[in-house]
Amino acid sequence: MTVAIEVRNLRKTFKGGVTALDDVSFQVETGTVFGLLGPNGAGKTTIVRILTTIIAPDTGVATIMGVDVTKSPQQVREHLGLAGQAAAVDERLTGEENLFMIGRLNHLPKQVSRDRTAELLHDFGLDYASKRVLSTYSGGMRRRLDLAAALVARPPVLFLDEPTTGLDPKSRNDLWEIIEKLLIDGTTVLLTTQYLEEADRLASRIAVVDHGLVIAEGTPDELKANFGATVLELSFKDEQVASKAKTAVVALAAAAVQQIEDRLEIPVADGAATTALVLERLLDEKINPTRINLREPSLDDVFLALTDQPAATEG
Amino acid sequence: MALAELTANPHRSRLYWMTADALTITKRNLLNYVRIPQSLVFSTIQPVMFVLLFRYVFGGAIGSETSKLGLSYVNYLMPGIFIQTIAFGSVQTGVGLAEDLQKGIIERFHALPMTRSAVLAGRTIADLIRNLVVIVIMVIVGFLVGFRIGTNVGEFLAGIGIALLFAYALSWFFALIGLAAPNSETAQVMAFPLLFPLTFASSAFVPVETMPSWLRGFANHQPLSVAVNAARSLMDGPVAAHAAGSSTGDLTLTAIIWCVGLLIIMIPLSVNIYRKRV
Repeated sequence: MTVAIEVRNLRKTFKGGVTALDDVSFQVETGTVFGLLGPNGAGKTTIVRILTTIIAPDTGVATIMGVDVTKSPQQVREHLGLAGQAAAVDERLTGEENLFMIGRLNHLPKQVSRDRTAELLHDFGLDYASKRVLSTYSGGMRRRLDLAAALVARPPVLFLDEPTTGLDPKSRNDLWEIIEKLLIDGTTVLLTTQYLEEADRLASRIAVVDHGLVIAEGTPDELKANFGATVLELSFKDEQVASKAKTAVVALAAAAVQQIEDRLEIPVADGAATTALVLERLLDEKINPTRINLREPSLDDVFLALTDQPAATEG
Repeated sequence: MALAELTANPHRSRLYWMTADALTITKRNLLNYVRIPQSLVFSTIQPVMFVLLFRYVFGGAIGSETSKLGLSYVNYLMPGIFIQTIAFGSVQTGVGLAEDLQKGIIERFHALPMTRSAVLAGRTIADLIRNLVVIVIMVIVGFLVGFRIGTNVGEFLAGIGIALLFAYALSWFFALIGLAAPNSETAQVMAFPLLFPLTFASSAFVPVETMPSWLRGFANHQPLSVAVNAARSLMDGPVAAHAAGSSTGDLTLTAIIWCVGLLIIMIPLSVNIYRKRV
């Protein structure tokens, strides 16, 4: 495999002693999507800012296409595109003016900048709004333009820092489709996200980041297999019955049993076998569940198991 | 991949791209100004009010002083107004920079192969152009209230040139303040106490001789007075130079030295702070 992004032992402490990164290492294979998954403040954006030469790390090495980001930042900038969570576009410029400006600042000749602008506006379905200033764009349109701006110079390495945070489900889906199309032409993508669904759908490898450390890394399937247990979900007539059921089965579960109102979530390490035991116990106690569901592990469970805090849920 | 044909054009020199980047950012800032025309309208209304205030309210009282120097008050006043107007206009450089630094777009700029200092160069050049537009409006207003050129068009334009050079130097000074300020509102507020003594304890509106002696030293030699004296001599003629106790040539040279000196100090300082800040 060829490595497009390599990060070794990155550390970064900000003024005031806040440690943003505490020894982060990972590699991204060329032409793949690598997801950095973690809650707010985990250090994801700091990693992106270091890799895109915006800030320098305290110690550690980072390379893009084999070029060191601290030693040759200027050369690195020619290889990368950045689409940020802040939707970094100029509010008072039109879509067309924004893209043309980014083309010129990428040192593309004027004609090439013009051609790329027209091409991208078309590809991103923004033709109709090309002459409108961005303050009139919807959130989804702005994100699309932001992504288009990152692609003007056809960078081989693309950084997407929480590309869909704050978007409605429809716009999020549209953007995912665009990103998936990008992947076909061999662009290497580093994606940061709080959304497990997003990482699961787009990334071929995921690093879970928390408190400035990579706490787990692997393919989505590996992570689910290693860290997510199958969960037995049982619903009862009311909360009181659920409490009684909880007391009855708590000793059988692989981990803590959670009660959510009239519902129980019971981690069952070996799936069917424990499920049978749980149901048998409930029958003995004459407690009848109203609904039974066996849920396969999701990245949500992985995240919860690793960080002890729930991940951002889809809004 | 069409990467090779797309990325960095090897035929162009570093200097070419430094200039091109600065002009690209200049264009962006000018478009920003054009998209909020209210800003230009309001930044012109204030100096027009100053013209009317001094010309018609205070002018009668001050005029007897300037006529002793051989100048009608409107001719004395207008070069001062030009300089005052562009001095207030230069504050925009600091405000605009502070505003940019609060926005995400700066991060995007820094991930691009562009010259980083183009953000500062593009900002000051855009403000210079904006100041040029405002000064043209003020010249028209001046003619409407009775201002007349005492020299010739060439010298008058040289006077405008001094005003713009001074505006550019001040822009870099306010850039420094904008970069030190935590946000654009603070940049605006910080600029005012600096600007106030500079514009009013000066030769812009009244002859310095009418001020108390302790103030005269400052008022005579501070850079805004130096710029006003040069512009006034170039626009009104030797009478004005004589009133400032010098010749047009010397006053002009002093003003240029001040401006160039300010630029030599302020540009590296601003660039340095900018690099540290981002």
